[in-house]
Amino acid sequence: MSTTDDAGANTTGANTTGGTGETRRLRRIEPAALAGVITHDITLFRRYWPSTSFSAVVEPTIYLLAFGWGFGSLVSVVAGYRYVEFLGTGVVASAVLFASAFASMFQTFVRRTYQKLYGAVLAAPVDVPEIVLGEALWIAAKAGVYGCAPLLVAIAFGLDPTPGMLVIPFVGFLTGLGFGLFGIWTSALVPSIDSFSYIISGVLTPLFLVAGTFFPVSELPGWARALSWANPLYHCVELVRDAAFGFAPLADLGHLGALGVFAGIMWLLAVRSMRRRLID
Amino acid sequence: MVHGMPLPRTETLATTTGPGDQPGESAISMRNVVKRYGEVAAVDGLDLDVPVGVCLGLLGPNGAGKSTTMRMLTAQSIADTGRINVLGYDVPRASKQARAAMGVVPQEDNLDTELTARQNLAVFARLYRVPARRRRAAVEQALALAQLNDRADTVTEKLSGGMRRRLLIARALVHRPRLVLLDEPTVGLDPQVRQELWSLIAGLGADGVTVLMSTHYIEEAERLAQDVAIMSRGRVIARDTPARLIDAHAGRTAAEYYGPPPKLAEIAARAEAAGFTTRRTGPSVSVLRAENMPAELDDRLGIGVRRAATLEDVFVALTGERVE
Ligand SMILES: Nc1ncnc2c1ncn2[C@@H]1O[C@H](COP(=O)(O)OP(=O)(O)O)[C@@H](O)[C@H]1O
Ligand SMILES: [Mg+2]
Repeated sequence: MSTTDDAGANTTGANTTGGTGETRRLRRIEPAALAGVITHDITLFRRYWPSTSFSAVVEPTIYLLAFGWGFGSLVSVVAGYRYVEFLGTGVVASAVLFASAFASMFQTFVRRTYQKLYGAVLAAPVDVPEIVLGEALWIAAKAGVYGCAPLLVAIAFGLDPTPGMLVIPFVGFLTGLGFGLFGIWTSALVPSIDSFSYIISGVLTPLFLVAGTFFPVSELPGWARALSWANPLYHCVELVRDAAFGFAPLADLGHLGALGVFAGIMWLLAVRSMRRRLID
Repeated sequence: MVHGMPLPRTETLATTTGPGDQPGESAISMRNVVKRYGEVAAVDGLDLDVPVGVCLGLLGPNGAGKSTTMRMLTAQSIADTGRINVLGYDVPRASKQARAAMGVVPQEDNLDTELTARQNLAVFARLYRVPARRRRAAVEQALALAQLNDRADTVTEKLSGGMRRRLLIARALVHRPRLVLLDEPTVGLDPQVRQELWSLIAGLGADGVTVLMSTHYIEEAERLAQDVAIMSRGRVIARDTPARLIDAHAGRTAAEYYGPPPKLAEIAARAEAAGFTTRRTGPSVSVLRAENMPAELDDRLGIGVRRAATLEDVFVALTGERVE
């Protein structure tokens, strides 16, 4: 465990702390601070992993089974894939979404407001960006792992394993990072925990339904297809399918870039909104 | 004051010496600090110095700005104007370094109630950068300090109010800070628990730790603080040892008169007409500086009980407000 070398951030003795806000904190992210935040998450996870894992695995599995049997009996081939293949890979994105955005919104809100835990963390040598990043990294790691659950179920139902699938946890991680940060950001916007229903019904559900998980986006009208490019989950779905069935390098770099940009924007928004809520 | 010391690499940050650590220096220095929330000036031109090794009591009624002051010292609240220096570090600019060497006990319990006592301490030992090889010992020491060894693996939710407060204090000490901020550490606790906490806090002072403790309990300040700063409406209006404050602002003795309200009102009016400060003390009225009372007035006021002047008398004499 490393302590820091903050000499660089603290070299001058200039006593100009007007507190106007420009130079107000050290912006450095320290691995030790992240480790502390993540330790807290891991400690809690050890206590709650059975229930967290249950819902993370069971929910997407239900989608898989319901759509697979119900819809799959009507259509056997979609976009050139057997429906179990199409759906099994598509639902990975749903599992990632459930494990990241949902968990992150509620957990961050509860820790900030009811438990006032972040107030305690900020009294230690930890700054807002370190809290945000620590929480998001842990959520992303969980999303990467839980994202594979539907894939394993689909394999049991006849999806052929391929070496490319080894990339899928990383795709889940990157997508989960963006949506985890989205959850942190929105948790700092809402006035109360009930307001999450607006975000879930108004934002996440539409994203989830038109990501190409259950039917190909190409079935949508042109304008909706164009919009799907703005849907991070669509890029996740495409990347996962390509990982399973064969990469299309140029398009996949585009998808990867889109997920990266999403995570980057969410990072900026999450840090800004959390700082506003935590520092007055 | 020396700035720019790098954080030490190996030892617990807090146990090593650093700026603002020498007797005679200030562990905390605030100059003309202002913090507004809209129309309200929570802190309004505050000047405060806490010398190294001293336990300073920040005494003031609810709304005086004590918590805001505490939050500014950890940069969770950013001052509008003024200068703040903590352990030699400019705050908020270099607040992170300062926070590494200080422990904070907030007014509101913010333990993770889903974790056990030991887990709470272990997480914060990491957040406070206690080196890996010392972490286990640090957690055990903190548990012992809070007298929670046999409840170490109990989920915090299940601990009593007093135990949780002790854990909250122990959490602030897990990295052996040089400076501890306590914001109303015993508010809302029953008298016996309060006594326990007082001996815990008194122990800190004995170890040479600098303490800034806010309170609106006069007795708490009198017992624990070498120095008291009286805060009212966002600023410090008097600052000295409790004994000298009492001597300067409330004299040696107060005379307390009991009786029906109209009688008390009459006594107060007479005493005030003669230039004495009075205040209502529950069912009685107190006349301050009774040692200076002329025999004639003494006779006319009737039979009063003489008692030693207290910090509360000082507070009322200075502000005209009651503390509790
Ligand atoms: N975050 C805040 N927003 C608005 N007003 C605040 C905030 N924090 C404190 N205040 C106001 O500032 C004043 C001082 O509050 P505080 O520092 O909590 O006093 P104390 O701790 O001495 O009771 C009060 O009038 C309080 O209402
Ligand atoms: Mg307060």
